[in-house]
Amino acid sequence: MALWVEKHRPATLDKLSFHQGLSEHLKKLAGSGDLPHLLVYGPAGAGKRTRIAAVLREIYGPGAEKLRVSQRVFETPSRRKLEISFISSNYHIEVNPSDAGIYDRVVIQDLIKEVAQTQQVATTSARKFKIVVVHEADALSRDAQHALRRTMEKYMTNMRVILCSTSTGKIISPVQSRCLLVRVAAPTVDEVVDVMGQVAKKEGITIPPPLARQLAEGSKRNLHRALLMLEAAYVQQYPFAETQPVVLPEWEAYTKDIAAAALGSQTPARLMEIRKQLYEVLAHCIPPSMVLKVIALHLISEVDEALRPEVARQAAFYEHRLQIGQKAIVHLEAFIAKFMSIYKRHAMATD
Amino acid sequence: MDFFRSGKATEQAVAKSRAGDGGKRDERAVPWVEKYRPKNIDDVTAQEEVVQVLRKSLETKNLPHLLFYGPPGTGKTSTILALARDMYGPEAIRARVLELNASDERGIGVVREKVKNFARVAVGQADPGYSSPPYKIVILDEADSMTTDAQSALRRIMEKYSHVTRFCLVCNYVSRIIEPLASRCAKFRFKSLPRDLAVTRVNHVAQAEGVACRDGAVQALVDYSEGDLRRAMMSLQSASRMVQGAALDADMVAELAGVIPPGVIQGLRAAWAADAHSSQEAVDALVYAGYPASRVLAQLHDLVVSDQQLGSLQKAKIAMLMASVDKALCDGADEKLQLLNLMLQASRIAQAASA
Repeated sequence: MALWVEKHRPATLDKLSFHQGLSEHLKKLAGSGDLPHLLVYGPAGAGKRTRIAAVLREIYGPGAEKLRVSQRVFETPSRRKLEISFISSNYHIEVNPSDAGIYDRVVIQDLIKEVAQTQQVATTSARKFKIVVVHEADALSRDAQHALRRTMEKYMTNMRVILCSTSTGKIISPVQSRCLLVRVAAPTVDEVVDVMGQVAKKEGITIPPPLARQLAEGSKRNLHRALLMLEAAYVQQYPFAETQPVVLPEWEAYTKDIAAAALGSQTPARLMEIRKQLYEVLAHCIPPSMVLKVIALHLISEVDEALRPEVARQAAFYEHRLQIGQKAIVHLEAFIAKFMSIYKRHAMATD
Repeated sequence: MDFFRSGKATEQAVAKSRAGDGGKRDERAVPWVEKYRPKNIDDVTAQEEVVQVLRKSLETKNLPHLLFYGPPGTGKTSTILALARDMYGPEAIRARVLELNASDERGIGVVREKVKNFARVAVGQADPGYSSPPYKIVILDEADSMTTDAQSALRRIMEKYSHVTRFCLVCNYVSRIIEPLASRCAKFRFKSLPRDLAVTRVNHVAQAEGVACRDGAVQALVDYSEGDLRRAMMSLQSASRMVQGAALDADMVAELAGVIPPGVIQGLRAAWAADAHSSQEAVDALVYAGYPASRVLAQLHDLVVSDQQLGSLQKAKIAMLMASVDKALCDGADEKLQLLNLMLQASRIAQAASA
């Protein structure tokens, strides 16, 4: 049985429920028989992939949904063999550069060249180009992006690239200037509630409006997450109670506990306890920057108004350190210790 | 049909169909940037000094090694291609010019091998209608992304083959070209296109392609692309596909260029005067809307620089803050935390002023 998120994913542009204007634009683009390179960006769970899939379907018809997994071997300049698997249909191919690690340049280059050299056999489809979808394009190395520059212009006749990323900040500007930028904003809380209502209707269940609103807010306007939470709540208790507690992901609740612990008392002993908890979270493969972010945002909203800028500054500082550094726990702990120090000093000064 | 293995059969089919329609490519698929590249050296917009020198070398058939540098989209590649076409004519250009760029494999080995092979072949039949001087041209596009080792290897190659080839290095940052290489070339700096010339050019293309533009749309297009003509052209083409016959206006251009509406940025500036909570909300709204942090930073910076209410010292402090945030963003730090930091610190600086 498929998850509700997958099961009720809209397949065509007409069925998308929010950002009507954008859908309209995409439809025009897809309908014109030609497509520029696209760079689709927006926060997680806003529907980037859904929109890309819908555009593909609009262009190629239902054939674009017949997906299969194929494998291919690439050879790096140092003669190492890489085996990468792709999802592809007859018309498009999807890659995720994180599979290729530091060799993403080779994969992207070879792949695009091959796709570009094999022209579409004139079957029913009138389209002359194939599409390469690159997911998580912000993870592409600089090398790989430079390799894209000229390739995108050179092979424009028979292939198009669709890049999908959460932010354009890490995409180099020469690549950006070759793409049509498509921004997909997060849905508003009302829109999330609306979509949840539709899914509930299709599943034949009823959902009390207060609960729906609570779920939507808990998901932080991430539709993907909201639907998962709805399903989790359904499994937990049905029929729904109006005041049913919203199930947050376990790690998030746990991480918030850490923040609460740091607020509770500021002693070396408490720091040692928190260290254990941090290790626990990291051992469950939660990305360290995410942990720091959740803790920091929680702390910022809890502390005194006057203290907020300082906490934000330290959070930003240590999160940056975390990105360029090697060992996550060091920076997480340093942040907690720093926070305890400024919090206590502030408390003593105001006493 | 397998995605990859169908290659051969398809290629043959394509070759046949190509032969059938006389190699005519689908008009719509050609990027306008390629379609409207200057055909000869006199077509090159702006850059008078460069053009003058090159025209002279066309007459005398004497050409030094060249080094073109300048910001993207100012016509460096176009100029050298136009020069080559003027020299050899559209047919012979294929045999006489070798273009290498960062998309191709370009280690030391490859440069050596390719250049050597290219230089070794004797110059072919010259087109009688053109001056066709007795040397070939190697264009190394995006030369600043070549490694220092590869550049060092190039030194000797350049001298050794100088009787049959001329090199043209094209790059954005001349500082990334090693000194010995730079000293072997005649350097030309390409300056950013003046606004009115860029506008004329974009207008010309818009008319030729039949894109209807409202007042100010072309100006906006040029402004957002910051002197980069290629970017302006690409945006124009994308925009024309999106509007499909309707007229293009300035707002639409802004949305396509990924520019954040000025109102949003002004809202951020306004939040500095209020309490921390409003800053937090403003950042939340930004992140949910999916605006990239680097862009926010750039536009906010423009606003701050011309802000009347802030003193010089405050502006300097905010600029320092922005620099550190920008660095952190480049290193891949979390956008939300960095923006929040920026907003809260900046509001502290701004409020210290009014107090």
